[in-house]
Amino acid sequence: MNLWREVKLVAGKDLRIEARSKVTLQQIVPFGMIVLLLFAFALDPDRGILRRVAPGLFWVTVLLAALLAVSRSFGIEADNGARDGLRLSGLDGPALFLGKAAALAIELLALEVVLTLVVVLVYGIHLNTWLPLTLATIAATIGVAATGTLYGVLAAGLRVRETLVPVLLLPVVAPVLLGATRAWEAAIDGIPSDAWPWVGLLGVFALLFTAIGMLAFGPLLEEA
Amino acid sequence: MPHVVRLRAAVCLLGRFPALAGVDLDAATGEIVLLSGPNGAGKTTLLRLLAGLVPLYSGEASVLGVDLAVDRKSARRDLALVGHETFCYDDLTVRENLLFSARAAGRSAAEADAALERLGLTRQADVAHRRLSSGQRRRLAIAVAMSRDPRLLLLDEPHAGLDAEGREVLDAVVRAAPAEGRTVLMASHELEHARAMVTREVAITSGQAGVRHDAAPTPASPQPTSTPENVS
Repeated sequence: MNLWREVKLVAGKDLRIEARSKVTLQQIVPFGMIVLLLFAFALDPDRGILRRVAPGLFWVTVLLAALLAVSRSFGIEADNGARDGLRLSGLDGPALFLGKAAALAIELLALEVVLTLVVVLVYGIHLNTWLPLTLATIAATIGVAATGTLYGVLAAGLRVRETLVPVLLLPVVAPVLLGATRAWEAAIDGIPSDAWPWVGLLGVFALLFTAIGMLAFGPLLEEA
Repeated sequence: MPHVVRLRAAVCLLGRFPALAGVDLDAATGEIVLLSGPNGAGKTTLLRLLAGLVPLYSGEASVLGVDLAVDRKSARRDLALVGHETFCYDDLTVRENLLFSARAAGRSAAEADAALERLGLTRQADVAHRRLSSGQRRRLAIAVAMSRDPRLLLLDEPHAGLDAEGREVLDAVVRAAPAEGRTVLMASHELEHARAMVTREVAITSGQAGVRHDAAPTPASPQPTSTPENVS
């Protein structure tokens, strides 16, 4: 079986489980919306402040929600010895990594669409320059999904997985927070030329961690 | 006959404890080998070693011609393990779990459906794993293994939790193995039942001195106790 068929198989399995359990829809999306609303309460209803900090708050919220999604992605492999089943499946490490990361990225993109609507409606921002904003969002999401999948499998066999993953992951995705926030700020301000360098940074980050994940996922799964 | 399984002085550690302390074992194509022994003797560890789930600490181990000391993964596409857990996903249906496993091994949907039918799970095809009884889960685990059409089938207490009909189905699968060119290694505490269908019995006992491995290579007339072939 070729790589892409294996990737589709793994991603399809994770997305089907998610569609059945509705954990993303019923728990992670509401969690993100609540965090954004709490930020709005905490920072006063003065929309001037909210508009200025909206990109940073949006991406902090995405990262917090991504921690839940990563935990869920590996939680489903913890029941019924499914992680052993994955090892016994004969699927290659790169395919397992890309499949799980792709499913996670799709879930995060769906989350981001909803959170973008919340930011627009509640924070009162106007998204003017769609192309850099969209590319920055996609690159940042791939970067978060790749690092999340890599650190998720690193902690997969540990009893402290759910508390360890945030400690490991958040410092590593700091460049994503920085780059995506700056790119969104530039896009909101209608200055796309300021956004492109950040889009480039996000793209490099995504490629780097995708490559590392493809190499490391298999051996890490064997030791999990 | 070529060896499907070949162990020489195989040692496995669980932490610092030697769960296997020097096992010799051979199994040829089409053999059905019963692994007997008390709880904690190392039967499960032995099966997990052969499946590549636990590393070999020392000695030699090869499965389907693959040296496990060098490569624990390559043989997996051609073997299947039925363990204490089902290796399935609660939110997927019986058929979806089967399809995932079969396709991962490069098998077709038709082969998955054949396994479904063979294990008598057709009526439960669209039932989620979480809604199955323990006996149905055990059948599904065996169906998942069979959907991969493995050359080596590793069974760890496969009769546990099965009703009479399930046992008959499982026994038919095991008995058909030689004709299908399949080798079976089965760990079981239900010795009388298992001895009726195996070609050979290997007793494993653990102790401070290690693991004792007895073998009686007399096809079709298994001996519950036999002359020690190797003691380490």
